Amino acid sequence: MKSKGILVLLLISVLVLGTTMLALAQEKVLVFGSSGDVSRLDPADATDGESISRMDNIFEGLVEYKAGSTEIQPCLAESWDVSEDGKEIVFHLRKGVKFHDGTDFNADAVVFSFERQYNPEHPYHQYGEWAYWGYMFSDIDGMEKIDDYTVKLILSEPNASIMTSLAMFTVCIVSPANAEKYGEDAFKHPCGTGPFKFVEWVKDDHITLEANENYWRGRPKVDKLIFRVIPDPSARLLSLEVGEIHGMEYPNPADFDRIRANPDLVLMSEPGMNIGFMAMNNGYGYVDANKNGVKDPDEPLEKTPGYFEPLTKKEVRQAINMAIDKEAIVRDIYMGTASVAKNGMPPFMLGYNDEIEDYPYDPTRAKELLAEAGYPDGFEVTLHVMPVSRPYMFDPPKIGEAIQSYLAAVGIKVNFYQVDWATYLQETEAGMHQMCLLGWTGDNGDPDNFLNVLYGLNACSIGTAGNYAFYTNEENQELLTKALRTYDVEKRAEYYKKAQELIHEDAGWVFLAHSNQNMVFRKNVEGFVLHPTSRMFFYPVDIKR
Amino acid sequence: MKRYIIKRLLMLIPVLLGASILVFSLIHLAPGDPARTIAGEHASAQTIEKVRIKYGLDKPLVTQYWIWLKQALRGDFGRSIVSNEYVSKEILSRFPNTVELTLFSMFIAIVVGVLAGIISASRQYSLLDYGFMGIALFGVSMPVFWLGIMLMMIFGVFLRWLPISGRIDIMIPFTKITGLYLLDSIITGNWEAFISSLRHLILPSLALGTIPMATIARITRSSMLEVLKQDFIRTERAKGLSERTVIYKHAVRNALIPVVTVIGLNFGLLLSGAILTETVFSWPGVGRYVVKAVQMRDYPAVQGCVLFFAFIFVVVNLITDIIYVYIDPRIKYQ
Repeated sequence: MKSKGILVLLLISVLVLGTTMLALAQEKVLVFGSSGDVSRLDPADATDGESISRMDNIFEGLVEYKAGSTEIQPCLAESWDVSEDGKEIVFHLRKGVKFHDGTDFNADAVVFSFERQYNPEHPYHQYGEWAYWGYMFSDIDGMEKIDDYTVKLILSEPNASIMTSLAMFTVCIVSPANAEKYGEDAFKHPCGTGPFKFVEWVKDDHITLEANENYWRGRPKVDKLIFRVIPDPSARLLSLEVGEIHGMEYPNPADFDRIRANPDLVLMSEPGMNIGFMAMNNGYGYVDANKNGVKDPDEPLEKTPGYFEPLTKKEVRQAINMAIDKEAIVRDIYMGTASVAKNGMPPFMLGYNDEIEDYPYDPTRAKELLAEAGYPDGFEVTLHVMPVSRPYMFDPPKIGEAIQSYLAAVGIKVNFYQVDWATYLQETEAGMHQMCLLGWTGDNGDPDNFLNVLYGLNACSIGTAGNYAFYTNEENQELLTKALRTYDVEKRAEYYKKAQELIHEDAGWVFLAHSNQNMVFRKNVEGFVLHPTSRMFFYPVDIKR
Repeated sequence: MKRYIIKRLLMLIPVLLGASILVFSLIHLAPGDPARTIAGEHASAQTIEKVRIKYGLDKPLVTQYWIWLKQALRGDFGRSIVSNEYVSKEILSRFPNTVELTLFSMFIAIVVGVLAGIISASRQYSLLDYGFMGIALFGVSMPVFWLGIMLMMIFGVFLRWLPISGRIDIMIPFTKITGLYLLDSIITGNWEAFISSLRHLILPSLALGTIPMATIARITRSSMLEVLKQDFIRTERAKGLSERTVIYKHAVRNALIPVVTVIGLNFGLLLSGAILTETVFSWPGVGRYVVKAVQMRDYPAVQGCVLFFAFIFVVVNLITDIIYVYIDPRIKYQ
């Protein structure tokens, strides 16, 4: 009798265990190891890559990037028409799309998502900083509803880069009903139209998303998408090797050989949308008194605090360009995870000028140029060296040391200057440096987002400069402004090519490298495509058994 | 005793006030700007200004401190500048993780450390003594970061006995009550979760517990040796008590005071977070949180954390002092 009972119990437990295991086996869960936790899950209110990579799978915008490129394709807007003066764009919205909370996506949602960012009177304006609005979308005067599925975007001036900007996370469409439900805390309960729905966020540990069964393109292939926080890159790789996670970001370049030798892993590498450089302070900037981001006639050029006579001479800057062996830096310090840069933006972008010939590594000619400029015995100069490693600048102190030794060979003594990162940015934007290491990661994939923000005269404002060389060429700025006002792609590209020639000739920067973005996946993960903007779209991804 | 405890608790007020003023001035003196961190690297001057005003960072320092103090007295530490979440919530959601890790690693450290110390002392200059003390020396001087990675390699990758990172297998459904995973899984009777969180706890606890373990072992040994030389031990041995009774019943109790001091100090330290262990093992504790807060210049978060840690330290010290009385009845507090 007793043994019968045990037998029954055993049978039941086997059954229960079996069904749970079956259920688990059927569910496809993709776990991704990331380096940090998110800060806020409101697409318009996040500036960190971690938050953005999660939201890329929850939210969608009017337009989106094509896979692996910065070209634009329709998303929540099916089509659009640009007015003749280039100041109005009418979007025809996709019908039948629903937010994760079951409410309809329509013109009201689009207007809500935009207006809360630019209209201080909007009831939801107070809940965010909207950091990107002033910086990327200041040309937008308004977003208006025409009917339930048509909206009109009004620009203050024609802006050819606005379509790529509209593919940015900042202008993704959020559910107004959800915003109303959670108010100030909506950033903890993201609700969009994208392929995955938000499930839970355990701080510093993980975020779980699940497949959106009603996604308008069809359900994603994995059932759950989990982002786990594993801050240490070695621990991340170990977790990937034993299969605790399926993919990871930011592997250590020192581990690349080990990854390549592992038959279970795939290392993905693509040129990233970035530039790492050394900027040389040309000496003059302007004070942007009215804070409009443009150098107006009543804002004269004045000396920057870091003004340093030798660097104001073009020959000296060209000499420095020739004294540095960039190939060696890319090979030995970037450990081959980057490509040598000759222009100030990555080669896959519109208007990249490939005809420009880079300054050769030629210390002898560099010495001659220095002598011509009146510095046969060289000089002593200070270099701001970044205290942190950024995607575009792998190990700045080592790069600084390399530059130090290359310049010593032509008679220039380089002194290091280091300070914490926040101060570093403040000081370099105020033009307090003589030379500095810095770089840029693009926001939207448009050339304007490199050339205008990094090399234009308007970006030479002391205190908020993006032009760290304080390169004040007016002709260059004219070309960049014209390009921004031109919707014709070929004409636009021509302007940018010409601008790059000027930038090259005046040699305000030593363009060092475009570093690759790297990710590692387990072999059975298929369909992930690296995106130039480093954003992560998991919709097409599948796990093969 | 009661009066003593009350007096000690009242001492908390000047301690917390002092700590808050100190940390407030220190973090504001440090270069860097939180408005910048939130607005992002590429933000415009206006945006940064707007953020500064929103969080009151444009006001004079004394005013800022006064506003903060008034709120803090009402138990409101403000919202984190970075995450826009209440600082108290941020800390309390992570603190149980730190508590669980601390308790478990101190448990290992105390059990192994005290035993090793006693055995070493009672067999001074034996092979066992040299062995234990050699290991202890190794333990004290080992970088936690390296030890953590080694433990992962051995037990996680080669032997595959234990998981490498995290708090629990994320596929196991789990209900949070106290935030202490072991306790919660017992309360809910979720044994799968219990085993999983226990397995996740072992490697980080070993890594974190090694240094306290080694310190405890060394202190126990030297304290024991001191006691074993004293007259009453000789008397007891002369009385014919077994060596076991002499050591475990009489000597140990007398040798414990310095050991308890060390344990108390370590407890306080570990409860304020173990940044290296938490980073290596992806443990979502308060250590990682406070370091990130400092890096981002998240003023309210840093102030909240420091006050919280100061409070914990004072309380742990008080508990240590109270334990002294139970170990050595000769100690009396007025």
